[in-house]
Amino acid sequence: MLGKVNFKNKDFLIQNVLKSESEILEKEVKEKLGIIQRKNIDKPIITISINSTSIISGAHNLNKSINDYLIDRDIEADIVSVGSLGLCSIEPVISVQIPGKTQLFYKNVLPENIISILDGTFNNFIQEENVLGQLTDDILDPWEKVPFFNELAYFKNQQRLVLKNCGFINPESIEEYIAAGGYKSYYNVINKNTPEEVCDLIEASKLRGRGGQGYLTGKKWKIAYETPSAQKYLICNAGESDPGAFMERILIESDPHKVIEGIAISAYAIGVQKAFIYIETEYTLAIERIKNAIEQAKGFGLLGHDIMKSGYNLDIVIKRGAGAYVCGEETALISSLEGKRGKPHSKPPYPATNGLYNQPTIVNNVETLVNVPIIIEKGVDWYKSIGTEESKGTKVFSISGKVEYTCLVEVEMGTKLRDVIFRVAGGIKNEKRFKAVHIGGPSGGCLTEKHLDTLIDYESVMLTGISLGSASMVVLDEDNCIIDLVKYFMNFMQHESCGLCIPCREGTRRMYEILKSISKRPKDENGHTTLQRFKGVMQLESLAEILKDTSMCGLGKKASNPVLSTLKWFREEYEDHIFERKCDAGVCQELKTFEINIDACTGCTLCAKKCPTGAIFGTVKSKHFIVQDKCIGCGICFETCKFSAIVSK
Amino acid sequence: MPNLEEILEKYPFVQRDNLISILQDVQSEFGFLSEEAVVKVGKYLDLPTSKIYGVATFYHHFRFKTKGKYHIRVCNGSSCHVNLNSQIIREIEKRTEVKNEEVTKDGLFSLEETTCMATCGEGPVMAVNEEYFTNLTIKKVAEIIDSFKRLEE
Amino acid sequence: MLIEIDVNNKKIQAKKGETILETLNRNGIKVPTLCRMEGFSPTGACRMCVVEVEGKSALIPSCSHPVEESMKIRTHSPRVIQSRKMLVELLLSNHPDDCLYCASNGKCELQDLAVELNVCERRISGEKIKAKLDQSSPGIVKDSAKCILCGRCVRVCEEVMDVSTFDFYKRGNKTAITTSMNKDLNFSNCINCGQCIQVCPTGALFEKTNFDIVLQMLNNKDTTVVAQYSPSISVSLADELGLRQGKDVNGILNAVLKRIGFAKVFATAFAADLAICEQSAELADRIANDENLPMISSCCPGWIKHMEQSHPDMIDLVSTTKSPQQIMGALVKSYFAQKEKITPEKIFSVSIMPCTAKKFEAQREEMTHKGISDIDAVLTTRELLKLIKLFGVDVHSIDEEMPDNPFNTRSSVGKMVAVSGGVAESIVRTLNYKLTGKELSDLKITKLRGFKDLREYFIKIRKQQIGFTVVNGLKSANKLISEIRDGKSDIHFVEIMACPGGCVNGGGQPTCNDVKVLKNRSKQIYDIDDKEAIRVAHKNSKVISLYDEYLGEALSEKCIKQLHTNYTKREVLL
Ligand SMILES: Cc1cc2nc3c(=O)[nH]c(=O)nc-3n(C[C@H](O)[C@H](O)[C@H](O)COP(=O)(O)O)c2cc1C
Ligand code: SF4
Ligand code: SF4
Ligand code: SF4
Ligand code: FES
Ligand code: FES
Repeated sequence: MLGKVNFKNKDFLIQNVLKSESEILEKEVKEKLGIIQRKNIDKPIITISINSTSIISGAHNLNKSINDYLIDRDIEADIVSVGSLGLCSIEPVISVQIPGKTQLFYKNVLPENIISILDGTFNNFIQEENVLGQLTDDILDPWEKVPFFNELAYFKNQQRLVLKNCGFINPESIEEYIAAGGYKSYYNVINKNTPEEVCDLIEASKLRGRGGQGYLTGKKWKIAYETPSAQKYLICNAGESDPGAFMERILIESDPHKVIEGIAISAYAIGVQKAFIYIETEYTLAIERIKNAIEQAKGFGLLGHDIMKSGYNLDIVIKRGAGAYVCGEETALISSLEGKRGKPHSKPPYPATNGLYNQPTIVNNVETLVNVPIIIEKGVDWYKSIGTEESKGTKVFSISGKVEYTCLVEVEMGTKLRDVIFRVAGGIKNEKRFKAVHIGGPSGGCLTEKHLDTLIDYESVMLTGISLGSASMVVLDEDNCIIDLVKYFMNFMQHESCGLCIPCREGTRRMYEILKSISKRPKDENGHTTLQRFKGVMQLESLAEILKDTSMCGLGKKASNPVLSTLKWFREEYEDHIFERKCDAGVCQELKTFEINIDACTGCTLCAKKCPTGAIFGTVKSKHFIVQDKCIGCGICFETCKFSAIVSK
Repeated sequence: MPNLEEILEKYPFVQRDNLISILQDVQSEFGFLSEEAVVKVGKYLDLPTSKIYGVATFYHHFRFKTKGKYHIRVCNGSSCHVNLNSQIIREIEKRTEVKNEEVTKDGLFSLEETTCMATCGEGPVMAVNEEYFTNLTIKKVAEIIDSFKRLEE
Repeated sequence: MLIEIDVNNKKIQAKKGETILETLNRNGIKVPTLCRMEGFSPTGACRMCVVEVEGKSALIPSCSHPVEESMKIRTHSPRVIQSRKMLVELLLSNHPDDCLYCASNGKCELQDLAVELNVCERRISGEKIKAKLDQSSPGIVKDSAKCILCGRCVRVCEEVMDVSTFDFYKRGNKTAITTSMNKDLNFSNCINCGQCIQVCPTGALFEKTNFDIVLQMLNNKDTTVVAQYSPSISVSLADELGLRQGKDVNGILNAVLKRIGFAKVFATAFAADLAICEQSAELADRIANDENLPMISSCCPGWIKHMEQSHPDMIDLVSTTKSPQQIMGALVKSYFAQKEKITPEKIFSVSIMPCTAKKFEAQREEMTHKGISDIDAVLTTRELLKLIKLFGVDVHSIDEEMPDNPFNTRSSVGKMVAVSGGVAESIVRTLNYKLTGKELSDLKITKLRGFKDLREYFIKIRKQQIGFTVVNGLKSANKLISEIRDGKSDIHFVEIMACPGGCVNGGGQPTCNDVKVLKNRSKQIYDIDDKEAIRVAHKNSKVISLYDEYLGEALSEKCIKQLHTNYTKREVLL
């Protein structure tokens, strides 16, 4: 961990940036600001991206290697840690800035590369295989033969508002954040606007909740604002319990102050003096950084009592989640904050009128809140010019699976799905064929090739029968089995259901069993089991219907989405599994058939001895064979054979 | 020896909403929630232990036994799943003879399946204590686990 | 404020703020429910009560959703019925198919729903969770395999009893109901009150039965099987036996028990009179010496266990007098045995109680004598009903009989102890006589009657103000105990019954969730007190002769040995 930044420039930043009224900055101010922004530099600066991804990839070791390098060669340079650019696949990322030159980024940096990379940079001889790109700058000298960021497909096709600072500023420094324009909206709002005006502004911007439901944020705020109560609460939902999503984690790790600013403005608008951030315990780095950010904001007088002499008080408290998907649901989240089992409640009453400790409570997603300062800064009209008629602004996704670049993506609402997957994320890995993309985690659904031209916004996606949900995208290629994926999500759901209501608890269990049974060979082959398997699928549909119709909370209501969407778009694959008993992708292990390659078989009889159903016949030293009708596909023979004579299909 | 009372002192207000935070602190100090700890927390918050047990068992995070000497966390996120981590998990289970949320009898290994570790690009991923392993294959897993086993011989 | 809503194409009036279900019920429309309990806030867990509301995409749980202006509701549309049916089928798919062997067979809400919704084919099948059968407790058996996780037991135990033995465990498909740290019930803080049995819709909770051993003993020629029955069961049986609701069936009961084969049948009411005399004497002593006050009643074994585990510092305040069941038990194996010249070993003493905690009490070490327990088996009212059915006794044509000698008299007070407030009122009467030699001019003490959780009564006896308090249910008891700890000193006697309403509403009574029926049981008891001639314990003739002949006076050495007991602190997970 890098040490805490002490506030060298506190007064300067407050006086000349936060409090300054004029648009044009004085030269001196500009210069000093440039230093804080790491633009005016007099010695090299090396940034290392420190975030959950890069740490796993070994970024912590880089610090030492770089230090050693600098000491060895007696070079004076600063090392700064930054967040993530969003390109998780290429971590660890470092950048080198030399006075007079543009900032140059390197990818996949390992300790052993450090010497060649830094040698190259300092001697203008660039290590090409590690180069990512350079930033554009009006004044500074560009590097030769190095692509500019805005030429790279990944950056070119994005519109970064929420992620703007990510990977560039030091997430542990409030000064860098303010120098980058942060907290200005907050300062202005609490000094110049009434809470109601802010609510109006957000309502006018048509900002919709990014937590899945897409409910109009301004409208929701107003309900809480208008409910009379001495205490109201705001909860920033950073639970991110979708098993395949990581954008909130990376966002908080990379730009925690933006989250704080979003919370602070929203809290002011709703009339809240105590806000909570609900975040998973596992997100240790994110928690550490947001904690640090809160402390720094307090140090700057931006949180606490009588903030910036406006008479407004605000406390932000971190509450750590303890691992439960359902706690992403707002009422369950509230139960959890009250120290209870994370059981949802029936709505109404809605949290906006009757939430935490029975007081009006607004639960908002992290990304929703981060959009708030952006709207304030750039204005409602500007904001409304981005996106589609009903879905304004941008949306952040995490893309993973079989794509070239596992990454965070922020695109304008209404961007084509194809562009996101094939341009930004670089298409499918290893030149395989695209099969499907699963959007929205366990509550989401699958889209196929024919949906690639769907626009990404709440309405268009809804038309395909799924919802954006948690906005994680998992891309599948030809080697993936749809049934297997759906089974995975259903298994997740049967564990994650809170267990309170019958349809969700019992329904997910049965649906999982049905999916399991169709991805497995029946014990004995007869027409009856085929019929049963077929009936199972019919039942999947009626179970899905019941879950939707009668479950108490969104988890149960949406638990059948993966099944419903795949039954719609991948019916053939279901039929293959049921009737043909085959899994084309070869993922469903228990559907595999085994045969003996007689050329390789030595007749050792080992497999025949191990086969639990006695499906393998043959005598010593003679070629063996498998009776398919008896085989249950357990694969024991496959693992037993020392001569690789058993082949699976 | 860490002290339970010290943890409780950090929560001067006897309020139920501190329960989960207290349990988290207790667990990170002691590694797990012992019966003794549950009773003490119950006394402190004036809550029946059954309620504390009910809350603690609801959340994945809490355990009632110590972790193994080698605590294996393997990612079971969606992306790792499509990268065939089920084979990896099966291999781990086979090699260590331990299942999710369990500890081996000799206390050597324990296994925990987690959600996305944010390293999807290099999945499947696992961690043994604080050491991470990426781009796992069945062979690689076998080697890793065997190497830990060898350390014990 | 009234609003109008449309239900099944008919306009009906609803009160603003009430739930859809309340409106429907008031208007005579029935909707099935499973998790709902009268008088509790809705949880909306079972979804059985869903209805279709126009304009809403999903079905709405009527038990928790408030009525809204001009709602259009359909309570029995095909979609609704289909959903409810599927929910029941889902439950059944994870339910053992052994209804015929189930303790709740015939009175199971799940069975009823399956019938009501015409479930007649197994459409959904799958693996069933394997669950442990917990038979460790002397009072309560928990068969988790049959649990449908409605959560009613959890709420009763927490919100009514304030014991919180149970809570939900884990989540998702592993959800279950367990005790703290998943311990067996006998190691838990369960006080065996049986209130959870009363609310469990299925056979997941039931009493530990002593049915078989009693049957076996009835067939054993060498043993004298003696029965005593609690004063409270005679008012709850009538209904179940097909007699007029609430009728007091003492006479019939005596005859029936004889017919079944009990050699002697005694009414515990006799022992209750004796207990009142002993307690009054004890109280008089303590008041005279001004020590260990207030004296707390000791007849409820549920309360006693609770006190031993949660308030051991109160042990000295609790009256040492045994409960009527145990007094009778002790007398049967001593006085009665001597008189009839039977060795105590040859007596099998059965007590029939409205209470599962009595099963626990009978097992207490303090309640055995040289290795022989005073009570050998306790049957609940429910078990008695089974016994009556088994022996095919026709209660309509049977002639009433008296209980047997030597314990065949009682005062009305012996009955009154069955309701909350009865013990206190009885003690006021006897204590007053003891201290003044005169009876109260008006024996009826209305202030101690009723259903309020806390009732107080102050009386001046020989210039001293004496306070009596009755608490109804453990929740109020816990509150009062902390007040006593904090120095509350104006009261001298506290009556505590664990079950709300007293033994008439005990955990061993026939299950009944109708508050009206429960209230009627109490009324019945008070009617007896109003009508009868002997209304004080100390005028029970056989009690007087028992003292004269055998015990000496109240609190004599013999009394202390036979009729009194002691308590010990219990270590359980609270
Ligand atoms: C099962 C389930 C899980 C959810 N998980 C999350 C989550 O991880 N993060 C989140 O912001 N919202 C989640 N939500 C949505 C929240 O309930 C809530 O709608 C949201 O936080 C509101 O914020 P918004 O208005 O900013 O979208 C989840 C909902 C359900 C039903
Ligand atoms: S739908 Fe599932 S998660 Fe939601 S309340 Fe019901 S059981 Fe719990
Ligand atoms: S018998 Fe009484 S104390 Fe025991 S679990 Fe049931 S309700 Fe709770
Ligand atoms: S034991 Fe009975 S009352 Fe308790 S949750 Fe299970 S079914 Fe409901
Ligand atoms: S899913 Fe395994 S790291 Fe993301
Ligand atoms: S009775 Fe309404 S949900 Fe159970």
